[in-house]
Amino acid sequence: MSIDSSTVQTGYEGTAMTKVAGSPPKGSGQALHTSSGARKVVVYGLLLFFALLYLYPFVVQLVTAFKTNPDAVAHPLTLVPRPFTGKALDTLFANDFALWFTNSVVVAVCVTVGRVFFDSLAGYALARLRFPGRSAVFNAVIAVMAVPGVVLLIPKFLVLNYLSMYNTYPALIVPLIADAAGVFIMKQFFESIPASVEEAARIDGASTFRIFWSVVLPMSKPALITLTILSFQASWNELGHMIIATNNPDLYTLTRGVAGLTSGSLGAGNQFPIKMAAALLMTIPVAMVFVVFQRFFTQGANAGAEKG
Amino acid sequence: MTTTQTGEEAAATQPPHRDRAPRRTGNSLNRQTRSGWLFVTPMLVLLGLFLVLPILMALWVSVSDWSGRGSPFSGNVGFVGPDNYQPLLSEPGLSRQDFMLSLRNTFYYVVGVVPLQTVLALLLAVIVNQRFLKGRTFFRTAFYFPSVVSSVAISLVFLYLFTGTGAVNQALDAVGINGPTWFADSRGLIHLLGNSLGLWNIDSPPSALADHQVLGLSWWDWLAGPSVALSAIMMQVVWTTAGTFMLMFLAALQDLPADVEEAAMVDGATKSNVFRYVTVPHLRPTILLVVTLGVIGTWQVFDQMYVMTQGGPAKTTLTPAYLSYQAAFNQQHWGQGAAIAFLLFALILVLTSAQRWFLRDKDEWARKQALRRQRRRQREEAAA
Repeated sequence: MSIDSSTVQTGYEGTAMTKVAGSPPKGSGQALHTSSGARKVVVYGLLLFFALLYLYPFVVQLVTAFKTNPDAVAHPLTLVPRPFTGKALDTLFANDFALWFTNSVVVAVCVTVGRVFFDSLAGYALARLRFPGRSAVFNAVIAVMAVPGVVLLIPKFLVLNYLSMYNTYPALIVPLIADAAGVFIMKQFFESIPASVEEAARIDGASTFRIFWSVVLPMSKPALITLTILSFQASWNELGHMIIATNNPDLYTLTRGVAGLTSGSLGAGNQFPIKMAAALLMTIPVAMVFVVFQRFFTQGANAGAEKG
Repeated sequence: MTTTQTGEEAAATQPPHRDRAPRRTGNSLNRQTRSGWLFVTPMLVLLGLFLVLPILMALWVSVSDWSGRGSPFSGNVGFVGPDNYQPLLSEPGLSRQDFMLSLRNTFYYVVGVVPLQTVLALLLAVIVNQRFLKGRTFFRTAFYFPSVVSSVAISLVFLYLFTGTGAVNQALDAVGINGPTWFADSRGLIHLLGNSLGLWNIDSPPSALADHQVLGLSWWDWLAGPSVALSAIMMQVVWTTAGTFMLMFLAALQDLPADVEEAAMVDGATKSNVFRYVTVPHLRPTILLVVTLGVIGTWQVFDQMYVMTQGGPAKTTLTPAYLSYQAAFNQQHWGQGAAIAFLLFALILVLTSAQRWFLRDKDEWARKQALRRQRRRQREEAAA
């Protein structure tokens, strides 16, 4: 508990929500305008090394997905599949891959919509409305954020089982909507909107929900997009919860299904091309969201920093 | 917490114009109270049902003999007190041995991963922050990308890269190094190091270490270091998470006023001195944050064990999180699984509080105190 709240106070949140990491650095780089040639060579050398280190695994993943299994085993370093084959993809789709993919989409979309709506609703109340018990609610939200997710695996199963939700779609979705960090992010953002914006609507006699829905939310696009991306990515990549919420193969999402591939569920041998193809396909949706909304991703990472 | 609280209280205890227009604002306050609670209730119910209730239920299960059948609250489930905790901590046996192994493994894992990922993140941030650099955005994106990709996908790729005849070993082969069989290799790094230095023979450990036990493990086992298999996972995790922390360092670097560094340069400081005496102190809060988040995250490691090693080889990648999952879901030892989860929870809380206390910034603390005093004074003046 103390961790999160004091993180909040490091003054970090000021930079986090307002700064777009995509903007050119204004600070420290300036001192380096005297950079010597040697220095540039060192920096570019390091950069090349790390770029290779960071891109190569993804290239391997892409290339190997179109190799044959013997080729993948014998030539793990070559970047040209010989022969080129789409067999790995065929095998995936001949099995449950499409089902897992659909389940992942359903879960990610529902969790995202739910989180964005309920997080902003609660965030707005905590930022803008005065009601008895508000600071207690806020402190509870902060306290809940400090609970490590992995510790909750067994506890969540117990509750799902107790509520007779185990092995249902709601079991995959509803617990993931409970998201204290998102409430915190939205609260921080709403506090940055000038109160005068709402005054006019209030004088016109608009209801609180109406002010929230038609005045405040349309002004909150950056925060809403950030939260959408964070929620989509988090629910798309979630593994632990999908393991404990179901043991019915019809409800497996990509993470659960693909994790099962390591135990060789699709036939004999290492089947590296199939595994790489699966990894590739489950990466593509997040990669697309990432490229399109890159600016917001970096904001989100820093917003995540505040939550601790 | 305290500052947040006082801020909140200040807002809550000072509804505007309460005295001047009691009726109108009274209505509006009622309305705000109603919609306020209406707005937070859905999230509170969700958090209560899927965060608070689970913890309470698991707390009960961890002191009960529930077998996994029926409701844990039914009449035939008994209270067993510390019976689920004792086999983990004080009673000799397999349970304690596994738990201690998982603590040992994760300790080496944390001690390896946290410093490495912090240094790598800082290095990447400093490189990407260089002004003269072309394509900065591209590189920042490339370094951050693994952080947004599913741990399952990345685990599959690394399993492939690190197979016995995989890309990593072929690359090592090209420079004349005979790579290990990574995920099948349970030898500890400290054991290997001592072996190559001639301190001991890894196949016949010195009896001084092998014959004395602490908490169910011999000194020899405690001092094994991370196994080769665990080291491969550590490299993967450092590679994956450094990008997230790089962004935090970048944001902090961009906050550092350029003239401060320039002034230091004008005063004749060398570049490395500027970095050491100006930049790093400025980054101190961020370093603290990154290390704290790192410790919290690494102690929870689970996904990689589930996907890649299932705790093997020879239990050298067993972690408390995975052990707790295994105890509950594979062996139906629900009480013990829940007990492990709570011990892990307690450990994380203690470590992070201790860390914050040791690394606390005294100036920062003094500044906060001053700010708090100032606010209180302002509030009193406003009230008077």
